[in-house]
Amino acid sequence: MISWLDIIVQGILVGGFYALFATGLSLIFGVMRLVNLAHGDFIILAAFAALAIVQFTGIHPLLCLAAIIPLMAAFGYILQRGVLNRTLGKNILPPLLVTFGLSIVIQNALLLEFSADSQKLPMGNLTVASVQLLPGLNVGLYPLGVLITAAAVIGALQIFLYKTPLGAALRATSDDSTTIRLMGIDNRHIFGLATALSFAVAGLAGVLIGGYTNFSPASGPSNLLFGFEAIIIGGLGNLWGTLIGGMILGVAQAIGAEINPGYQVLAGHIAFLAILLAAPRGLFPRMA
Amino acid sequence: MKEESTSFFKKKGAPPGVAKKLLLRFARGWTASGSAPREAEQKFFARFFSKKRFFPCFLLLCALLPLLGDNTDRQLGFEFAATLTLATLWNLLAGYAGVVSIGQQAFVGLGAYFLFALVVFAGVPALAAVPLAALACGVIAVPSARLLFRLRGPFFAIGSWVLAEVFRLTFAQISSLGGGSGMSLPIMSILAISHSRPERLLLFYVFSAALALATTALVFALLKSRFGLGLTAIRDAEPAAASLGVDVMWLKRVVYIIVAAVTGLAGALLFLQNVRISPDAAFSVNDWTANIIFIVVIGGIGRLEGPLIGCLVFFGLRAAFADYGAWYLIGLGLLAILMMLLAPAGIAGLLDQLRNRLQKR
Repeated sequence: MISWLDIIVQGILVGGFYALFATGLSLIFGVMRLVNLAHGDFIILAAFAALAIVQFTGIHPLLCLAAIIPLMAAFGYILQRGVLNRTLGKNILPPLLVTFGLSIVIQNALLLEFSADSQKLPMGNLTVASVQLLPGLNVGLYPLGVLITAAAVIGALQIFLYKTPLGAALRATSDDSTTIRLMGIDNRHIFGLATALSFAVAGLAGVLIGGYTNFSPASGPSNLLFGFEAIIIGGLGNLWGTLIGGMILGVAQAIGAEINPGYQVLAGHIAFLAILLAAPRGLFPRMA
Repeated sequence: MKEESTSFFKKKGAPPGVAKKLLLRFARGWTASGSAPREAEQKFFARFFSKKRFFPCFLLLCALLPLLGDNTDRQLGFEFAATLTLATLWNLLAGYAGVVSIGQQAFVGLGAYFLFALVVFAGVPALAAVPLAALACGVIAVPSARLLFRLRGPFFAIGSWVLAEVFRLTFAQISSLGGGSGMSLPIMSILAISHSRPERLLLFYVFSAALALATTALVFALLKSRFGLGLTAIRDAEPAAASLGVDVMWLKRVVYIIVAAVTGLAGALLFLQNVRISPDAAFSVNDWTANIIFIVVIGGIGRLEGPLIGCLVFFGLRAAFADYGAWYLIGLGLLAILMMLLAPAGIAGLLDQLRNRLQKR
C-alpha cells in the first residue's frame, strides 16, 4: 500500500519538471500560435551551457542560473526578432519547419562540442537529501523543490499576465495581433518578449533537469514530447492545468516503470493518448 | 500573334497551321532584329525545363542508370528511389493536404516490422509480405488518424511524433522480434528471393524505382482528379476551401491513410533489402522524417518536382560532405532553414521564377 503511494508521490514530483518544460512551450504558443519544435533542445542547450560554466569555474550549478536565465532570455529575444518573426503568418508550415531545422542544428552542434556521452550536473548533496512525509514515505528534497519552483513560476506568470500592463499587452497580442498594432504596440517586440520569457523558463528547466537525470545531445526531443503531453492533458491555455497534466504524466510513467523499467516512457505516452481519446480538449479546458 | 494574322499566309484564307506557324517563327527569327534568335533560345530553355517534358524524361533516365552499374550503383539507386518515394509522400501530405507530420517514421518502421513478423511468425515469402505489410499500415492508419486529427495544426505534428515513439517503444519490448537490439531476417527467406546477391540488389532496385515512379504517378493522378482539386484548394486557402464545400477533414484523413500505406510499403522494402532491423533504425526520426523534410523543403514544397530536385541535392551533398558527420547535418539544417525563410518555394520555385523571367523577356 505504502509502496504504491510512494510511486504516485514520486510521479507527482517529477511532474514539476514536465510542467516547467510545458510552460515555455505554452507561452509562445499562446501569444503567437507558434509551436517551437526545438524547445526541448533549447532546454538541453541550457543544461550543457551550465555544465560548461561549472567545469570552467567550479561553482555550484544552481548559481549558474544567474547567468543562464538572462543569457537564454536574450538568445530567445534575438532568435524571435531575427528569425522566427519572419515565419509567422497564416501558414503553419514555416514555423514548424524552421524550428524543426533548429532542433537538428542544435543537437548536432552539441554533439560536436560535448560528444554523445551522457552528462549530469554535479548538484552535490542536494539531490540525495529527503524529508519524511509519512512513516515509510520519504520524499526527495530536490524534486520537491523543483515542483514548488514550477508552481511558483506558473503563479508568477499568472500574476504577470493578468496584473501588469505588459502582461495585458501579451494577452491582447494573443487575442488579436493586428488590432494591437493599431493601439501603438509593436507586436514584433511583444513576440520577442514572449520568446525571451519562454527561453528564460527553458533555461531554468534545463539546469534543474540537468542535475536530476542524465542528459545527452539527443535528449531534447523527449523533453519536447513530455512538455507537449502535459499541455494537452491539462488543457491548452490553462497553466495550472498544465501543472496537473505534468503530474498525471509523471504518475503514469512512475507506474509504468514499476511494472517494467522498459514501460516508463511508453506508459506516459499511452496515458496521453488515452486522455486525448477520452477528452480531446484536455482535462481542464479553459472556458472559451 | 497579331503580327501573324496580318501576314502573308493569312491572305490565302487558311488559318495558320502548325507548320506555317513554325515557318513564320523561323522567318521572323532570321529577318527581324537581333532579339529574335534569343527568343528561340529562350523557348528552347523554357521547353527543356517545362515540367511536362523534362520531368518524366529525367525520372526515366534516373531509373535506368543503375541497371548498367555494379552493386554499389544499385545500392545507391535503391536508396535514391526509396528516399524519393518517402519525400514524394511527405510532400503530398504536408505540401498539398497541409498535414504536417513529423511522425512518418511510424509507418516506415511499422511496414518493416510487419514484414519481419509475417516472414518470421507466419512463414510468408518475403516478397509477398511486402504488400501485406503496406496493407497492415493502411489499416493501422485508420484509428491513428482518428486519434491524431483531434489535435489541431501544429499540435498534430508533435502528436504524430508521440505515436511513432509509442510504436518504437512497443516493438523494443517484443522479445520475439529481437527487442531493443533487433534481429535479422532468416537467411532462407532471403535466399528464396535469389541466390545471387547482385541479382537481389538488382531486383530490389527495380522494385524501389518502380515504387518511386508509381508514387509520383499516384500523386500526379490524385492532383489531376476532383480529389486533387480539393487538395490544392486546401493548400492555397484552407478556410476558403472549406466554405466552398470541400470536406477538409475527410480529405486530410484519406490522404494520411494512403500515404501511411505507401510509406509502409517503402519501409518494408527498405528493411527487406537491409535484412537487419532494430527499433531505433526502423523508427528513426532523423532518417525517415528529418532528412525527408529537408529534401522536400530544399527541393520545393507543394510542387510535384520538388522532391526529385531535393533528392538530387541531398544525395549530391551527401556524397560530397557526409564524411563531416555532425557538421554535414548542421549545414543541411541551416540550408533548409534559409530556404524556408528566403525561398519558401524551394529550388523548384527558383527555377520557375527563372523560367518566367526567360519567357517574359
